[in-house]
Amino acid sequence: MIISHAPIVRPSEITPRDVYLNRRSLMLGAAAAGLSAAMAPRGAEAAQLEASPRPLSTDEEPTALEHITNYNNYYEFGTGKEDPAKKAHTLTTEPWTVKVDGLVSRPAEFDLEDLLKPVTLEERIYRLRCVEGWSMVIPWVGFPLSEVLNRVEPLGSAKFVAFETVMRPDEMPGLRAFFNVLDWPYVEGLRLDEAMHPLTILTVGLYGETLPNQNGAPIRLIVPWKYGFKSIKSIVRITLTEEQPPTSWNKQNPREYGFYSNVNPEVDHPRWSQATELPIGQGIFAKRKPTLLFNGYADQVAQLYAGMDLTKFY
Amino acid sequence: MLQITDVARKPRLSKALRFRLLRAALYWVGFAPAVWVFYLGFTNQLGANPVRTLEQELGIWTLRFLIATLMVTPLRNVTGISLLRYRRTLGLLTFYYALLHFTTYMLIDYRLDLQAIAADIVKRPYITFGMLAFAILVPLAVTSNDRMVRRLGGAWAKLHRWVYLAAAAAAVHYLLVVKSWPMEPLVYFAIVAVLLAYRLGKHLRRRRRPAVA
Repeated sequence: MIISHAPIVRPSEITPRDVYLNRRSLMLGAAAAGLSAAMAPRGAEAAQLEASPRPLSTDEEPTALEHITNYNNYYEFGTGKEDPAKKAHTLTTEPWTVKVDGLVSRPAEFDLEDLLKPVTLEERIYRLRCVEGWSMVIPWVGFPLSEVLNRVEPLGSAKFVAFETVMRPDEMPGLRAFFNVLDWPYVEGLRLDEAMHPLTILTVGLYGETLPNQNGAPIRLIVPWKYGFKSIKSIVRITLTEEQPPTSWNKQNPREYGFYSNVNPEVDHPRWSQATELPIGQGIFAKRKPTLLFNGYADQVAQLYAGMDLTKFY
Repeated sequence: MLQITDVARKPRLSKALRFRLLRAALYWVGFAPAVWVFYLGFTNQLGANPVRTLEQELGIWTLRFLIATLMVTPLRNVTGISLLRYRRTLGLLTFYYALLHFTTYMLIDYRLDLQAIAADIVKRPYITFGMLAFAILVPLAVTSNDRMVRRLGGAWAKLHRWVYLAAAAAAVHYLLVVKSWPMEPLVYFAIVAVLLAYRLGKHLRRRRRPAVA
Protein backbone atom coordinates (compact mmCIF):
# COMPACT_ATOMS: atom_id res chain seq x y z
CA MET A 1 0.00 0.00 0.00
CA ILE A 2 1.38 3.37 -0.96
CA ILE A 3 0.27 6.44 0.90
CA SER A 4 1.25 9.43 -1.11
CA HIS A 5 0.97 12.81 0.52
CA ALA A 6 2.66 16.14 0.38
CA PRO A 7 5.41 16.60 2.98
CA ILE A 8 4.23 18.46 6.04
CA VAL A 9 6.74 21.17 6.81
CA ARG A 10 6.19 23.65 9.60
CA PRO A 11 6.57 27.31 8.54
CA SER A 12 9.33 27.76 11.12
CA GLU A 13 11.42 25.19 9.31
CA ILE A 14 11.45 27.10 6.08
CA THR A 15 14.11 29.70 5.51
CA PRO A 16 12.79 32.77 3.70
CA ARG A 17 13.41 32.31 0.01
CA ASP A 18 15.56 35.43 -0.43
CA VAL A 19 17.74 34.62 2.55
CA TYR A 20 18.17 31.13 1.26
CA LEU A 21 19.02 32.26 -2.26
CA ASN A 22 21.47 34.80 -0.94
CA ARG A 23 23.25 32.21 1.07
CA ARG A 24 23.43 29.91 -1.94
CA SER A 25 24.89 32.58 -4.20
CA LEU A 26 27.40 33.61 -1.55
CA MET A 27 28.52 30.03 -1.10
CA LEU A 28 28.71 29.24 -4.76
CA GLY A 29 30.37 32.57 -5.49
CA ALA A 30 33.04 31.59 -3.04
CA ALA A 31 33.40 28.27 -4.78
CA ALA A 32 35.18 29.88 -7.69
CA ALA A 33 37.69 27.13 -8.31
CA GLY A 34 36.87 24.89 -11.23
CA LEU A 35 36.47 21.16 -11.27
CA SER A 36 40.04 20.46 -12.37
CA ALA A 37 41.36 22.56 -9.51
CA ALA A 38 39.08 20.73 -7.13
CA MET A 39 40.43 17.40 -8.21
CA ALA A 40 44.03 18.49 -8.24
CA PRO A 41 46.26 16.95 -5.58
CA ARG A 42 45.37 18.22 -2.14
CA GLY A 43 46.43 17.59 1.39
CA ALA A 44 44.12 17.64 4.36
CA GLU A 45 42.60 20.86 3.00
CA ALA A 46 39.25 20.48 1.30
CA ALA A 47 39.08 22.01 -2.16
CA GLN A 48 36.15 24.10 -3.26
CA LEU A 49 33.79 22.79 -5.86
CA GLU A 50 31.74 24.59 -8.43
CA ALA A 51 28.16 23.46 -8.45
CA SER A 52 24.86 24.88 -9.54
CA PRO A 53 21.78 24.71 -7.33
CA ARG A 54 18.97 22.59 -8.72
CA PRO A 55 15.25 22.33 -8.09
CA LEU A 56 15.43 18.87 -6.47
CA SER A 57 16.73 20.44 -3.27
CA THR A 58 14.70 20.97 -0.13
CA ASP A 59 14.18 24.47 1.26
CA GLU A 60 14.87 23.32 4.79
CA GLU A 61 17.69 24.86 6.79
CA PRO A 62 20.84 22.74 6.37
CA THR A 63 22.40 21.19 9.47
CA ALA A 64 25.63 22.90 10.58
CA LEU A 65 28.78 21.63 8.85
CA GLU A 66 30.31 20.96 12.26
CA HIS A 67 27.60 18.40 13.04
CA ILE A 68 27.54 16.84 9.57
CA THR A 69 31.28 16.21 9.84
CA ASN A 70 31.43 15.12 13.49
CA TYR A 71 28.45 12.81 13.83
CA ASN A 72 28.99 9.94 11.44
CA ASN A 73 28.38 6.25 11.07
CA TYR A 74 31.38 4.87 9.20
CA TYR A 75 32.15 1.64 11.02
CA GLU A 76 35.40 1.09 9.11
CA PHE A 77 36.74 3.81 11.43
CA GLY A 78 34.98 2.68 14.62
CA THR A 79 31.44 2.39 15.93
CA GLY A 80 31.43 5.68 17.90
CA LYS A 81 29.75 8.64 16.23
CA GLU A 82 32.91 10.74 16.56
CA ASP A 83 35.34 7.97 15.61
CA PRO A 84 35.23 8.71 11.85
CA ALA A 85 35.99 12.42 12.40
CA LYS A 86 38.97 11.46 14.56
CA LYS A 87 40.31 8.54 12.57
CA ALA A 88 39.29 8.78 8.91
CA HIS A 89 42.18 11.11 8.02
CA THR A 90 44.30 7.98 7.50
CA LEU A 91 42.36 7.05 4.36
CA THR A 92 44.23 7.83 1.14
CA THR A 93 41.76 9.18 -1.40
CA GLU A 94 44.25 9.98 -4.14
CA PRO A 95 44.65 8.35 -6.52
CA TRP A 96 41.19 6.80 -6.64
CA THR A 97 39.64 4.52 -9.20
CA VAL A 98 36.09 3.26 -9.52
CA LYS A 99 35.54 0.03 -11.40
CA VAL A 100 32.21 -0.23 -13.19
CA ASP A 101 31.54 -3.74 -14.44
CA GLY A 102 29.08 -6.60 -14.59
CA LEU A 103 26.20 -6.64 -17.06
CA VAL A 104 27.30 -3.65 -19.16
CA SER A 105 28.55 -3.35 -22.74
CA ARG A 106 31.42 -1.07 -21.84
CA PRO A 107 32.95 -2.02 -18.48
CA ALA A 108 35.59 0.44 -17.34
CA GLU A 109 37.92 1.37 -14.57
CA PHE A 110 37.65 5.14 -14.14
CA ASP A 111 40.14 7.41 -12.47
CA LEU A 112 38.02 9.69 -10.33
CA GLU A 113 39.07 12.62 -12.46
CA ASP A 114 37.88 10.88 -15.66
CA LEU A 115 34.65 9.86 -13.98
CA LEU A 116 33.93 13.50 -13.12
CA LYS A 117 35.19 15.14 -16.32
CA PRO A 118 31.98 14.93 -18.36
CA VAL A 119 29.52 15.65 -15.53
CA THR A 120 28.07 18.89 -14.24
CA LEU A 121 28.18 19.03 -10.48
CA GLU A 122 24.96 20.15 -8.82
CA GLU A 123 24.17 21.16 -5.30
CA ARG A 124 21.45 18.97 -3.80
CA ILE A 125 20.12 19.82 -0.39
CA TYR A 126 18.64 16.56 0.84
CA ARG A 127 17.10 15.33 4.02
CA LEU A 128 19.03 12.42 5.53
CA ARG A 129 17.21 10.03 7.85
CA CYS A 130 19.30 7.53 9.79
CA VAL A 131 17.78 4.16 10.68
CA GLU A 132 18.75 4.99 14.29
CA GLY A 133 16.07 7.69 14.47
CA TRP A 134 17.92 10.98 13.85
CA SER A 135 18.02 13.22 10.82
CA MET A 136 19.99 16.00 9.13
CA VAL A 137 19.59 18.29 6.13
CA ILE A 138 22.75 18.18 4.01
CA PRO A 139 23.86 20.31 1.03
CA TRP A 140 25.61 17.69 -1.07
CA VAL A 141 27.50 18.33 -4.29
CA GLY A 142 27.14 15.57 -6.84
CA PHE A 143 25.60 14.32 -10.05
CA PRO A 144 23.04 11.69 -11.01
CA LEU A 145 24.29 8.11 -10.80
CA SER A 146 22.42 7.50 -14.07
CA GLU A 147 25.08 9.49 -15.92
CA VAL A 148 27.75 6.93 -15.03
CA LEU A 149 25.44 3.98 -15.68
CA ASN A 150 24.46 5.32 -19.11
CA ARG A 151 28.12 5.73 -20.01
CA VAL A 152 28.84 2.01 -19.51
CA GLU A 153 25.59 0.97 -21.25
CA PRO A 154 23.73 -1.54 -19.07
CA LEU A 155 22.64 -4.75 -20.81
CA GLY A 156 18.97 -5.68 -20.94
CA SER A 157 19.60 -8.42 -18.40
CA ALA A 158 20.86 -5.97 -15.75
CA LYS A 159 18.28 -5.62 -12.98
CA PHE A 160 20.30 -4.45 -9.98
CA VAL A 161 23.33 -2.33 -9.13
CA ALA A 162 25.82 -3.45 -6.49
CA PHE A 163 28.25 -1.07 -4.75
CA GLU A 164 31.40 -1.75 -2.76
CA THR A 165 33.37 0.41 -0.30
CA VAL A 166 37.16 0.39 -0.30
CA MET A 167 38.65 -2.17 2.11
CA ARG A 168 42.05 -1.19 3.52
CA PRO A 169 42.74 -2.62 6.98
CA ASP A 170 45.98 -0.66 7.25
CA GLU A 171 44.09 2.61 6.79
CA MET A 172 40.85 1.62 8.52
CA PRO A 173 41.13 0.82 12.24
CA GLY A 174 37.60 -0.63 12.33
CA LEU A 175 38.77 -3.45 10.07
CA ARG A 176 41.49 -4.36 12.57
CA ALA A 177 39.05 -4.56 15.49
CA PHE A 178 38.87 -7.49 17.90
CA PHE A 179 35.97 -8.84 15.93
CA ASN A 180 34.07 -7.66 12.88
CA VAL A 181 30.90 -5.67 13.51
CA LEU A 182 30.10 -6.15 9.82
CA ASP A 183 31.28 -8.49 7.09
CA TRP A 184 33.82 -6.37 5.17
CA PRO A 185 33.98 -4.87 2.61
CA TYR A 186 30.80 -2.84 3.08
CA VAL A 187 28.43 -3.57 0.20
CA GLU A 188 25.14 -2.04 -0.83
CA GLY A 189 22.67 -2.41 -3.66
CA LEU A 190 19.77 -0.82 -5.49
CA ARG A 191 17.25 -1.97 -8.04
CA LEU A 192 18.26 -0.60 -11.46
CA ASP A 193 15.22 1.72 -11.60
CA GLU A 194 16.10 3.10 -8.15
CA ALA A 195 19.68 3.63 -9.31
CA MET A 196 18.50 5.45 -12.45
CA HIS A 197 16.13 7.75 -10.52
CA PRO A 198 17.06 11.45 -10.80
CA LEU A 199 17.19 11.81 -7.00
CA THR A 200 19.92 9.15 -6.75
CA ILE A 201 23.30 10.85 -6.90
CA LEU A 202 26.98 10.14 -6.63
CA THR A 203 28.38 12.74 -4.29
CA VAL A 204 31.85 14.28 -4.14
CA GLY A 205 31.21 17.34 -2.00
CA LEU A 206 29.49 18.89 0.93
CA TYR A 207 28.76 22.58 1.61
CA GLY A 208 30.54 23.49 -1.63
CA GLU A 209 33.77 21.70 -0.79
CA THR A 210 35.19 18.24 -1.43
CA LEU A 211 33.90 15.53 0.90
CA PRO A 212 35.73 15.12 4.18
CA ASN A 213 36.95 11.54 4.64
CA GLN A 214 34.48 10.85 7.46
CA ASN A 215 31.61 11.61 5.10
CA GLY A 216 32.74 9.05 2.54
CA ALA A 217 35.43 10.72 0.44
CA PRO A 218 36.20 10.84 -2.34
CA ILE A 219 32.92 9.58 -3.81
CA ARG A 220 29.78 8.16 -2.25
CA LEU A 221 26.18 7.36 -3.05
CA ILE A 222 23.20 9.35 -1.78
CA VAL A 223 19.70 7.88 -1.96
CA PRO A 224 17.65 10.38 0.04
CA TRP A 225 14.44 8.37 0.42
CA LYS A 226 16.21 5.41 2.03
CA TYR A 227 17.80 5.06 5.48
CA GLY A 228 21.31 6.49 5.57
CA PHE A 229 23.16 3.17 5.56
CA LYS A 230 22.05 2.58 1.95
CA SER A 231 24.11 5.62 0.91
CA ILE A 232 27.41 3.73 0.72
CA LYS A 233 30.68 5.63 1.22
CA SER A 234 34.10 5.66 -0.50
CA ILE A 235 32.98 3.60 -3.49
CA VAL A 236 35.55 1.57 -5.47
CA ARG A 237 33.26 -0.69 -7.45
CA ILE A 238 29.84 -0.54 -9.10
CA THR A 239 28.59 -3.80 -10.61
CA LEU A 240 25.40 -4.37 -12.58
CA THR A 241 23.79 -7.70 -11.83
CA GLU A 242 20.77 -9.79 -12.69
CA GLU A 243 20.20 -11.03 -9.13
CA GLN A 244 19.55 -8.87 -6.07
CA PRO A 245 23.01 -8.25 -4.60
CA PRO A 246 23.87 -8.88 -0.92
CA THR A 247 23.89 -5.77 1.30
CA SER A 248 25.94 -5.37 4.49
CA TRP A 249 23.31 -4.61 7.13
CA ASN A 250 20.91 -7.11 5.64
CA LYS A 251 23.59 -9.80 5.96
CA GLN A 252 24.26 -8.70 9.53
CA ASN A 253 20.61 -8.88 10.58
CA PRO A 254 18.05 -9.68 7.87
CA ARG A 255 15.10 -9.30 10.24
CA GLU A 256 16.07 -5.73 11.11
CA TYR A 257 17.46 -4.38 7.83
CA GLY A 258 15.84 -5.19 4.51
CA PHE A 259 17.22 -4.78 1.00
CA TYR A 260 14.91 -1.82 0.29
CA SER A 261 15.20 0.05 3.61
CA ASN A 262 12.95 2.84 2.41
CA VAL A 263 12.22 5.41 5.11
CA ASN A 264 8.78 4.49 6.41
CA PRO A 265 7.26 5.75 9.66
CA GLU A 266 4.74 2.91 9.63
CA VAL A 267 7.24 0.06 9.41
CA ASP A 268 9.13 0.02 12.69
CA HIS A 269 12.58 -1.37 13.27
CA PRO A 270 11.97 -4.51 15.35
CA ARG A 271 13.71 -2.87 18.31
CA TRP A 272 12.61 0.74 17.98
CA SER A 273 9.92 2.95 16.46
CA GLN A 274 10.49 4.75 13.16
CA ALA A 275 7.51 7.09 13.61
CA THR A 276 9.58 10.08 14.70
CA GLU A 277 13.11 11.42 14.31
CA LEU A 278 15.38 13.71 16.28
CA PRO A 279 16.82 16.56 14.18
CA ILE A 280 20.57 16.89 14.72
CA GLY A 281 22.18 20.10 15.89
CA GLN A 282 19.21 21.68 17.65
CA GLY A 283 20.53 21.45 21.16
CA ILE A 284 19.22 19.70 24.22
CA PHE A 285 15.66 20.92 23.68
CA ALA A 286 15.41 19.64 20.10
CA LYS A 287 11.92 18.35 19.46
CA ARG A 288 11.31 15.04 17.72
CA LYS A 289 9.43 15.46 14.48
CA PRO A 290 7.28 13.01 12.58
CA THR A 291 9.14 10.93 10.00
CA LEU A 292 7.69 11.17 6.49
CA LEU A 293 7.03 8.28 4.13
CA PHE A 294 10.03 7.91 1.79
CA ASN A 295 11.63 10.65 3.87
CA GLY A 296 9.34 13.24 2.27
CA TYR A 297 10.19 12.17 -1.31
CA ALA A 298 7.00 10.15 -1.83
CA ASP A 299 5.83 12.33 -4.72
CA GLN A 300 8.98 11.52 -6.65
CA VAL A 301 9.55 7.85 -5.75
CA ALA A 302 6.32 6.22 -4.56
CA GLN A 303 5.54 4.95 -8.05
CA LEU A 304 8.70 2.81 -7.96
CA TYR A 305 6.99 0.65 -5.36
CA ALA A 306 3.43 0.61 -6.71
CA GLY A 307 1.67 -2.59 -5.71
CA MET A 308 4.42 -3.69 -3.33
CA ASP A 309 3.67 -4.56 0.28
CA LEU A 310 6.10 -2.23 2.04
CA THR A 311 5.78 -4.11 5.33
CA LYS A 312 7.09 -7.21 3.53
CA PHE A 313 9.67 -5.48 1.34
CA TYR A 314 11.09 -3.29 4.11
CA MET B 1 22.72 13.84 74.84
CA LEU B 2 26.26 13.00 73.86
CA GLN B 3 28.74 13.93 76.45
CA ILE B 4 32.16 12.95 75.43
CA THR B 5 33.97 12.55 78.66
CA ASP B 6 35.03 9.00 78.16
CA VAL B 7 38.44 9.02 76.50
CA ALA B 8 38.00 5.45 75.27
CA ARG B 9 35.03 6.47 73.11
CA LYS B 10 36.96 9.14 71.30
CA PRO B 11 38.58 6.98 68.59
CA ARG B 12 35.22 5.31 67.87
CA LEU B 13 33.58 8.63 67.29
CA SER B 14 36.30 9.88 64.99
CA LYS B 15 35.98 6.64 63.06
CA ALA B 16 32.26 7.31 62.62
CA LEU B 17 33.04 10.85 61.59
CA ARG B 18 35.59 9.62 59.08
CA PHE B 19 33.01 7.26 57.62
CA ARG B 20 30.50 10.07 57.31
CA LEU B 21 33.03 12.34 55.64
CA LEU B 22 34.11 9.64 53.22
CA ARG B 23 30.51 8.84 52.44
CA ALA B 24 29.79 12.50 51.74
CA ALA B 25 32.89 12.64 49.53
CA LEU B 26 31.68 9.56 47.65
CA TYR B 27 28.37 11.30 46.95
CA TRP B 28 30.12 14.43 45.73
CA VAL B 29 32.48 12.50 43.48
CA GLY B 30 29.66 10.22 42.41
CA PHE B 31 27.44 13.08 41.30
CA ALA B 32 30.23 14.93 39.51
CA PRO B 33 29.75 13.16 36.14
CA ALA B 34 26.02 13.97 36.18
CA VAL B 35 26.63 17.63 37.03
CA TRP B 36 29.27 17.81 34.31
CA VAL B 37 27.17 16.20 31.57
CA PHE B 38 24.12 18.34 32.40
CA TYR B 39 26.34 21.43 32.38
CA LEU B 40 27.65 20.48 28.92
CA GLY B 41 24.09 19.78 27.79
CA PHE B 42 22.62 23.08 28.93
CA THR B 43 25.55 25.05 27.50
CA ASN B 44 25.20 23.29 24.15
CA GLN B 45 28.54 21.48 24.30
CA LEU B 46 27.32 17.91 23.85
CA GLY B 47 27.78 17.80 20.09
CA ALA B 48 25.35 16.94 17.34
CA ASN B 49 22.90 14.78 19.27
CA PRO B 50 23.00 16.08 22.84
CA VAL B 51 19.83 14.29 23.98
CA ARG B 52 21.20 10.91 22.94
CA THR B 53 24.59 11.72 24.51
CA LEU B 54 22.95 12.80 27.75
CA GLU B 55 20.89 9.61 27.89
CA GLN B 56 23.89 7.45 27.08
CA GLU B 57 26.20 9.09 29.61
CA LEU B 58 23.65 8.83 32.43
CA GLY B 59 22.88 5.24 31.43
CA ILE B 60 26.52 4.19 31.34
CA TRP B 61 27.15 5.80 34.74
CA THR B 62 24.16 3.90 36.15
CA LEU B 63 25.73 0.68 34.94
CA ARG B 64 29.14 1.67 36.33
CA PHE B 65 27.74 2.31 39.80
CA LEU B 66 25.71 -0.88 39.63
CA ILE B 67 28.89 -2.80 38.80
CA ALA B 68 30.77 -1.03 41.61
CA THR B 69 27.99 -2.05 44.02
CA LEU B 70 28.17 -5.66 42.88
CA MET B 71 31.97 -5.69 43.19
CA VAL B 72 31.98 -4.96 46.92
CA THR B 73 31.41 -8.57 48.00
CA PRO B 74 33.83 -10.29 45.60
CA LEU B 75 36.45 -7.64 46.39
CA ARG B 76 36.19 -8.45 50.09
CA ASN B 77 36.27 -12.21 49.51
CA VAL B 78 39.22 -12.09 47.15
CA THR B 79 41.40 -9.31 48.55
CA GLY B 80 40.06 -8.83 52.08
CA ILE B 81 39.39 -5.14 51.42
CA SER B 82 35.96 -4.36 52.75
CA LEU B 83 33.97 -1.48 51.34
CA LEU B 84 30.79 -2.92 52.81
CA ARG B 85 29.95 0.32 54.62
CA TYR B 86 29.96 2.19 51.29
CA ARG B 87 27.89 -0.34 49.40
CA ARG B 88 24.62 1.33 50.26
CA THR B 89 25.96 4.67 49.00
CA LEU B 90 27.05 3.03 45.74
CA GLY B 91 23.65 1.39 45.43
CA LEU B 92 21.88 4.69 45.98
CA LEU B 93 24.11 6.43 43.45
CA THR B 94 23.08 3.69 41.00
CA PHE B 95 19.45 4.50 41.71
CA TYR B 96 19.91 8.27 41.38
CA TYR B 97 21.64 7.84 38.02
CA ALA B 98 18.91 5.47 36.86
CA LEU B 99 16.36 8.09 37.94
CA LEU B 100 18.18 10.83 35.97
CA HIS B 101 18.49 8.53 32.94
CA PHE B 102 14.77 7.68 33.16
CA THR B 103 13.75 11.31 33.68
CA THR B 104 15.84 12.45 30.71
CA TYR B 105 14.16 9.87 28.51
CA MET B 106 10.68 10.83 29.78
CA LEU B 107 11.00 14.62 29.89
CA ILE B 108 13.73 15.72 27.50
CA ASP B 109 13.63 13.01 24.83
CA TYR B 110 9.92 12.13 24.75
CA ARG B 111 8.50 15.28 26.44
CA LEU B 112 6.09 13.22 28.47
CA ASP B 113 4.42 11.84 25.36
CA LEU B 114 2.89 9.10 27.51
CA GLN B 115 1.28 7.34 24.57
CA ALA B 116 4.59 6.96 22.76
CA ILE B 117 6.32 5.95 25.99
CA ALA B 118 3.67 3.32 26.76
CA ALA B 119 4.02 1.95 23.22
CA ASP B 120 7.79 1.87 23.68
CA ILE B 121 7.55 -0.11 26.93
CA VAL B 122 5.30 -2.74 25.36
CA LYS B 123 6.89 -2.93 21.92
CA ARG B 124 10.58 -2.16 22.41
CA PRO B 125 12.51 -4.87 24.21
CA TYR B 126 15.32 -2.45 25.09
CA ILE B 127 12.85 -0.12 26.79
CA THR B 128 11.11 -3.08 28.44
CA PHE B 129 14.41 -4.25 29.94
CA GLY B 130 15.36 -0.73 30.97
CA MET B 131 12.02 -0.12 32.66
CA LEU B 132 12.24 -3.50 34.39
CA ALA B 133 15.67 -2.65 35.79
CA PHE B 134 14.44 0.74 36.98
CA ALA B 135 11.25 -0.69 38.50
CA ILE B 136 13.36 -3.12 40.55
CA LEU B 137 15.71 -0.38 41.75
CA VAL B 138 12.83 1.73 43.16
CA PRO B 139 11.84 -0.55 46.10
CA LEU B 140 15.53 -1.25 46.76
CA ALA B 141 16.26 2.47 47.07
CA VAL B 142 13.18 3.07 49.22
CA THR B 143 14.28 0.37 51.68
CA SER B 144 17.89 1.58 51.81
CA ASN B 145 17.76 3.06 55.30
CA ASP B 146 18.48 1.66 58.74
CA ARG B 147 14.83 1.76 59.76
CA MET B 148 13.77 -0.45 56.85
CA VAL B 149 16.71 -2.80 57.38
CA ARG B 150 15.59 -3.35 60.97
CA ARG B 151 11.93 -3.58 60.11
CA LEU B 152 12.29 -6.07 57.29
CA GLY B 153 14.87 -8.24 59.02
CA GLY B 154 15.58 -11.36 56.96
CA ALA B 155 13.25 -10.23 54.20
CA TRP B 156 15.51 -7.23 53.53
CA ALA B 157 18.40 -9.35 52.23
CA LYS B 158 15.99 -11.40 50.17
CA LEU B 159 14.46 -8.27 48.66
CA HIS B 160 17.83 -6.78 47.82
CA ARG B 161 18.89 -9.89 45.94
CA TRP B 162 16.61 -8.58 43.17
CA VAL B 163 19.49 -6.29 42.27
CA TYR B 164 20.96 -9.25 40.37
CA LEU B 165 17.97 -9.27 38.02
CA ALA B 166 18.18 -5.48 37.69
CA ALA B 167 21.86 -5.77 36.70
CA ALA B 168 21.12 -8.45 34.11
CA ALA B 169 18.23 -6.40 32.68
CA ALA B 170 20.38 -3.24 32.55
CA ALA B 171 23.20 -5.03 30.70
CA VAL B 172 20.74 -6.49 28.16
CA HIS B 173 19.11 -3.04 27.83
CA TYR B 174 22.47 -1.60 26.74
CA LEU B 175 23.13 -4.44 24.27
CA LEU B 176 19.72 -4.03 22.64
CA VAL B 177 19.97 -0.28 22.07
CA VAL B 178 22.88 -0.48 19.62
CA LYS B 179 23.24 -1.71 16.06
CA SER B 180 25.44 -4.75 15.47
CA TRP B 181 27.82 -5.73 18.34
CA PRO B 182 30.09 -2.82 19.24
CA MET B 183 32.65 -3.36 21.98
CA GLU B 184 31.40 -1.27 24.92
CA PRO B 185 28.02 -2.91 25.63
CA LEU B 186 29.66 -6.32 25.23
CA VAL B 187 32.32 -5.44 27.82
CA TYR B 188 29.71 -4.23 30.31
CA PHE B 189 27.60 -7.31 29.65
CA ALA B 190 30.63 -9.56 30.26
CA ILE B 191 31.48 -7.80 33.56
CA VAL B 192 27.90 -8.13 34.81
CA ALA B 193 27.84 -11.77 33.68
CA VAL B 194 31.03 -12.55 35.62
CA LEU B 195 29.71 -10.82 38.76
CA LEU B 196 26.42 -12.70 38.58
CA ALA B 197 28.17 -16.00 37.81
CA TYR B 198 30.28 -15.43 40.93
CA ARG B 199 27.07 -15.25 43.03
CA LEU B 200 25.59 -18.28 41.34
CA GLY B 201 28.78 -20.28 41.89
CA LYS B 202 28.84 -19.36 45.56
CA HIS B 203 25.18 -20.21 45.94
CA LEU B 204 25.60 -23.63 44.34
CA ARG B 205 28.65 -24.46 46.46
CA ARG B 206 26.81 -23.45 49.60
CA ARG B 207 23.90 -25.67 48.70
CA ARG B 208 26.11 -28.62 47.94
CA ARG B 209 28.17 -28.37 51.11
CA PRO B 210 25.67 -29.78 53.65
CA ALA B 211 25.16 -32.86 51.50
CA VAL B 212 28.90 -33.50 51.44
CA ALA B 213 29.41 -32.94 55.14
